[in-house]
Amino acid sequence: MEKRAVSYQIINCTNRKKLLAIDLTEYFSLVFTDYTLRTITLGTAILGAVTGMLGSFAVLRKQSLLGDAISHAALPGIAIAFLITGAKDSNVLLLGALVSGLIGTFWIRGIISKTHLKSDTALGLILSLFFGFGMLLLTFIQKQPNANQAGLDKYLFGQAATLVESDVWMMAMVTGLCLFVLLLFWKEFKILLFDADYTKTLGFNTKFIDILITTFIVLAIVLGLQTVGVVLMSAMLLAPAAAARQWTNSLGVMVFLAAIFGAFSGVFGTAISASQNNLSTGPVIVIVAGVFVLVSFIFSPSRGLLFKQIRFIKNRRDLQWHKTLAFMYNIAETHEDISHPHAIKILNNFQGFTKGTLQKLVRKNYVNLDGTMWSLTEEGFEIASNLYNQQSDNNE
Amino acid sequence: MSSAQIEIQLIASLVAIACAIPGTFLVLRKMAMISDAISHSILPGIVIGFFITQDLNSPLLILLAALTGIITVVLVEYIQKTGLVKEDTAIGLVFPILFSIGVIMIAKNANDVHLDVDAVLLGELAFAPFDRLIISGVDLGPKSLWIIGSILIITLGLLFAFFKELKISTFDAGLAASLGFSPAIIHYGLMTVSSITTVGAFDAVGAILVVALMIAPAATAYLLTNELKRMLIYAICFGVFSAISGYWLAHWLDASIAGSITTMLGLLFLAVYLFAPSKGIIAVMYREKQQRTEVSLLTFLLHLKNHTEERERHVNHLNEHINWQKVRSKTVLDLALKNNMIQFDKNIVSLTEKGEDFTSQAIDYIITNEDAQIEHMKDDFFLFRG
Repeated sequence: MEKRAVSYQIINCTNRKKLLAIDLTEYFSLVFTDYTLRTITLGTAILGAVTGMLGSFAVLRKQSLLGDAISHAALPGIAIAFLITGAKDSNVLLLGALVSGLIGTFWIRGIISKTHLKSDTALGLILSLFFGFGMLLLTFIQKQPNANQAGLDKYLFGQAATLVESDVWMMAMVTGLCLFVLLLFWKEFKILLFDADYTKTLGFNTKFIDILITTFIVLAIVLGLQTVGVVLMSAMLLAPAAAARQWTNSLGVMVFLAAIFGAFSGVFGTAISASQNNLSTGPVIVIVAGVFVLVSFIFSPSRGLLFKQIRFIKNRRDLQWHKTLAFMYNIAETHEDISHPHAIKILNNFQGFTKGTLQKLVRKNYVNLDGTMWSLTEEGFEIASNLYNQQSDNNE
Repeated sequence: MSSAQIEIQLIASLVAIACAIPGTFLVLRKMAMISDAISHSILPGIVIGFFITQDLNSPLLILLAALTGIITVVLVEYIQKTGLVKEDTAIGLVFPILFSIGVIMIAKNANDVHLDVDAVLLGELAFAPFDRLIISGVDLGPKSLWIIGSILIITLGLLFAFFKELKISTFDAGLAASLGFSPAIIHYGLMTVSSITTVGAFDAVGAILVVALMIAPAATAYLLTNELKRMLIYAICFGVFSAISGYWLAHWLDASIAGSITTMLGLLFLAVYLFAPSKGIIAVMYREKQQRTEVSLLTFLLHLKNHTEERERHVNHLNEHINWQKVRSKTVLDLALKNNMIQFDKNIVSLTEKGEDFTSQAIDYIITNEDAQIEHMKDDFFLFRG
């Protein structure tokens, strides 16, 4: 308890007083010496890794918003755990959060499978109802004549500064467990992810695998509540996975990449928030993760928007000179001598002709220019006659 | 009841009505989570508006925040259109990031802004009556009452004016487009109304309760009816009921009003979820059990029809042969007896004439799968009704 208070004070000092604000290089040297910074950095890094890992499954299972719903649904559990035990031991509170998150998850499933309400309605319903109930309990607790209740609201927005070493150990243990289970059931998780019906016909207990993976997703979310809070937890789950998805089509690589992205978001987020005044860690981590997503969306070689646009423009240009060449070919075909010169004037814009495309054709040595006259070369004629055949070959 | 109490209940009820109307359409259009996204991502809009106006109730702030809501929707749709991630992932990415930007903006200016993230997310209805609208010295009531009242009037006006268009585009977007209503305009119109309602309501009841008030009454109503007008009316009634009963719950527990209104909504939903006449869990389970028995009965009758040997039709043998438990066999036998399908003769079961008839019709149905074969059987049996 004392350690927590002290660590909180240190962060307060580094954060509040401009004189003590550290810059980034100083931060990285401090990480290895300063207890508080080391704990927080390790904590957020581990958290990012485990949420990234399990988030990959959430994203691929199209359960992205489940994370948001679960993190909100965990709130009444925290309040009830506190009401029952009267203690603020974070492990007990997280157990409460886990139970209430699981209840929320399975209620969502019950609503989707037993009634005609759709998944978005079920998610929004459980999210807001559980959260509201949690708020009722929290405000109820605050009015109780018990001095010990302060600090429960850190679960709303999260306070990485309150992480202590035991919390980090807890996270590390859960991450180890996740990793172990993930490797143990890798084949089952993978096959359930991509073909649930086939999995069933193979004789796997799909219900068990499903519940297992969902439970671990809930566990990861609950772990993160203390650090980034209820509201931002869903981004921790989704952002690394969504970023990783852009770089690969293989599940293993994606899970690995998501863990790396998550861990780096945690470290960078902590670093940035420690080096500035008045910056809470949770939102900064989320924004760093958001930057990862943005960069991946734009710069990923195969799926990214930038390369997609470049390919698109290149294809359009190619199409233009293809069209011009084909037009020339149609004219040249009617002459015995394929290199018979023709006036440039007969080429028109409608056929994709511009000075640029003509230059390109000359550069490729398909066309000879002579004043205002053009003529196909041997090579150009060859290419043009196979132009569309080759294309259809390529497409096949 | 003091006048402040009446005002609080009035504000809560108006918010409930104003939320229930767009909420119904959001639920029907499978866009419920968008309201959650909007409610979070309006934060940066509110903060910027607050920097400019220094007044939480200024119309400019509401417009700016609503604009952020629309930007959220557009961003989500843009990300979705790139095909890089699915729609739900797009929603889940956009709003926490916008929300984070809002939180950081507040934190960076903590010294000169009297704006609290808690207040935005959770709201405090109890303080609403203290912020009063005073024009030339005359007290006209709480500001939030005026704001939410005008939003409600606009929403109602739009609802009556465009009810037909909303209805068609909700249930058949293709038909709406071919009739000449632009689905895009209706879509963004609905999004605008949702954003404005969210913003108008957030400072009275908080962003999360706005989501609850939008989704929960509509979802509850949807379990009770399939008709749009009725669903709207039910949703409004549920909203108002929870608002008022929630207020008294909060009064009694001395806890957050927003929290207790949500809790009332939750209890209401739970009750309907369990006990709704045809779509509630209990009704569904009962129907499933009934159907199981009926399938068993059919199996049993078919078995009787297929076997003429006495050995095969002995009561004890049936137990073993069809592999049923005692209780189940008894239920099935009773049901068959009650319907005059079978008769006993010294523990030997045989089909009556009616039973014979019924069984051959059932076989006909199973073979041909034509509804006409079973039209008149539907009255006797639950099984064929679905």
